Amino acid sequence: MTTIRFTNARILCPEMGERTGDLHAIDGMIVDPPADPPADLVNVDCNGKCLAPGIIDLGVARVDAAACRAGGIVRVALMPDGSPVLDDPGIVQRAALIGKPDLWIHPIAAATQGLAGRDLAEMAICCSAGAKAVGTGRHWIADSGVMARVLSYARDLDIAVVTHAEDGGMTGDAVATDGETATRLGLASAPAIAEPLAIARDLMLAEESGARLHIRQVTTAAGFDLVRAAKRRGVRVTCGITPAHLHLSDIAMSDFRTFARLSPPLRCEADRQAALAAIADGTIDVIASGHDPRGAEEKRLPFVDAAPGMAGAETLLALSLMLVRDGLLPIERLFDLLARNPATILGLNTGTLVPGMPADLLLFDQHAPWQIDGAAFAAAADNTPFDGLPVEGRVLRVWKGGREVR
Amino acid sequence: MSPSDHRPATLIEGGAVFPHRHLTGIDGLQPHEIMFLLDEAEHWVAANRTHATPDKRLNGLTQINAFFENSTRTLLSFEIAGKRLGADVVNMHAAQSSVKKGETLIDTAMTLNAMRADVIVIRHMASGAVRLIADKVDCPVLNAGDGRHEHPTQALLDALTIRRRRGSVAGQRVVICGDILHSRVARSNILALTALAADVRVCAPSTLMPAGIERMGVTPFTDFDAAIEGADVIMMLRVQSERMSGGYIPSSREFRMRYGLTADRLARAPDALVMHPGPMNRGVEIDSIVADGMQSAITEQVEMGVAVRMACLDVLTRRARRVEGWA
Repeated sequence: MTTIRFTNARILCPEMGERTGDLHAIDGMIVDPPADPPADLVNVDCNGKCLAPGIIDLGVARVDAAACRAGGIVRVALMPDGSPVLDDPGIVQRAALIGKPDLWIHPIAAATQGLAGRDLAEMAICCSAGAKAVGTGRHWIADSGVMARVLSYARDLDIAVVTHAEDGGMTGDAVATDGETATRLGLASAPAIAEPLAIARDLMLAEESGARLHIRQVTTAAGFDLVRAAKRRGVRVTCGITPAHLHLSDIAMSDFRTFARLSPPLRCEADRQAALAAIADGTIDVIASGHDPRGAEEKRLPFVDAAPGMAGAETLLALSLMLVRDGLLPIERLFDLLARNPATILGLNTGTLVPGMPADLLLFDQHAPWQIDGAAFAAAADNTPFDGLPVEGRVLRVWKGGREVR
Repeated sequence: MSPSDHRPATLIEGGAVFPHRHLTGIDGLQPHEIMFLLDEAEHWVAANRTHATPDKRLNGLTQINAFFENSTRTLLSFEIAGKRLGADVVNMHAAQSSVKKGETLIDTAMTLNAMRADVIVIRHMASGAVRLIADKVDCPVLNAGDGRHEHPTQALLDALTIRRRRGSVAGQRVVICGDILHSRVARSNILALTALAADVRVCAPSTLMPAGIERMGVTPFTDFDAAIEGADVIMMLRVQSERMSGGYIPSSREFRMRYGLTADRLARAPDALVMHPGPMNRGVEIDSIVADGMQSAITEQVEMGVAVRMACLDVLTRRARRVEGWA
């Protein structure tokens, strides 16, 4: 029986707000302060720094434990569209176990067999093997009938369906969003409306079936409007975003910078401003890293041939703290987006610092300045479009279930 | 090396008139630098016409034409330009190259570099590919067309043709018509002609018009008849036949009806110069009677192409050749 006492901490709980003081954990669980301190008490002096729930990263493309440790991430929801596709219980179970004990991986199982968008995958068996949601990966289910059945079936299991909102017919072979930058660079581009088109359909189907829908990335003004209105109607919808779409617009692709090739692609400045507004008014429920490390062999290519994605795990906290600095949301609510909401969507009993929760903890210095340097990443690759950006907020220590992750 | 190498940041003593290592695009060139290249090309037009004593100033230099995408006329034009200047010209075709074996573009670039080429001319099907290679090699790189991005020597030869026929590019109303969306010729021409103060109109059906094109300083039109009103130059672009079978345009005959440069249409602009980068779809975007007519400058464009490419090869290799004032 180990008791840890975190002293002198600025405790940020999405449930109970901010307070200064101590936090106790016994056997990996957060507890009320014990009446008499046990003999084996371990004291952790937090020096007035922030103690918050460990980050739950909803939607990473690859498992990258070192990067997660560096980024203060204790749990990740793994996307189904890796290699192999997560549509088989054996593969799901393996994925769910390989990260323990330091990093818990919650697979998002494929909603359709092979993610082909035709036949339902074995969702219930995959859930019993450890999947916490089903999803479409970075694909779109073109057939509305299939999508309707996916949502209905998932509703029966009470699991969220994690979707990628891009109408495939509109996007085709596009690698960018329509606009001046794509036109000047001569890149195949698709109109931003490809996103709200897909969202509108999925929202109607979710409303009809009563299923839980999580749109992993909403990035356009029209998309946020649709989600906002649907929430008001009581549709069980949540949505997320990555820091790239909050801090960058399509201008970042200039000079054919393949690190700025993302899926969905970067949008215009007006859409970025709409994303910031959607953070402030609570339309966005989740900020995720979308962590997808890609080496030179996949990125040092012509823009059209480069793989989409960015290594984001290590920069997630610092880039999210920029929203706090800019006054868009208070710091304890940031951990709604980084921990409590992702936990709720995945059906996990964690994400806050309430007694009874797992002691998944993150100690960080909110104001420690540093400069993002891809070459110094712990991640498998250095593909960050934020290279060189000065930021604030450093991860100091991380605990998973009361055990420090080193 | 960083992308900033494409910008005129490295002003070299004496070479300030054209301080760029490569010619990857018109983007980044100042108007006076474009004019300088046109002036240099004028000299070669005259020399080519008089069959004067050959000027083999690139003697002993190796020019590699690395064409990752099929081309006949541009490749030929670059080859003739290099040979007229005395360079040893080697052509590398993608069909015969290791690209098909999965070698990355960077590896190909490093290989070309290790062979100590003195100038490399590149055509590639991906936008931005030429810049990617230019960052990896020590010698000057000339863009002979990259995806939908740029085709700078085409824009220069078009500007030269217009300047010679019209006296100036400035103030000319130039209509560019056809597949603007997929055209690198259109992009480079828009950049060059607007830099030289022409009044540029682009005309295409909305399915072939890129988003935000007006931000490049041109006026978009979907009605060709309205666009050619008062035109000084009408530049037709090639429309690939696979785009005229329903994908972007219902049929080639419907395209001809709306956008074909017919004799009737040209009568609305009786003084306009007719241009086409080739190869033409006769009877589709341009009728033979127009292409071969009095107003056509199409064969002259081809002639200017050789001169412009000679000028570019000469100017870009001056530093390596230690030409006085450039070294």
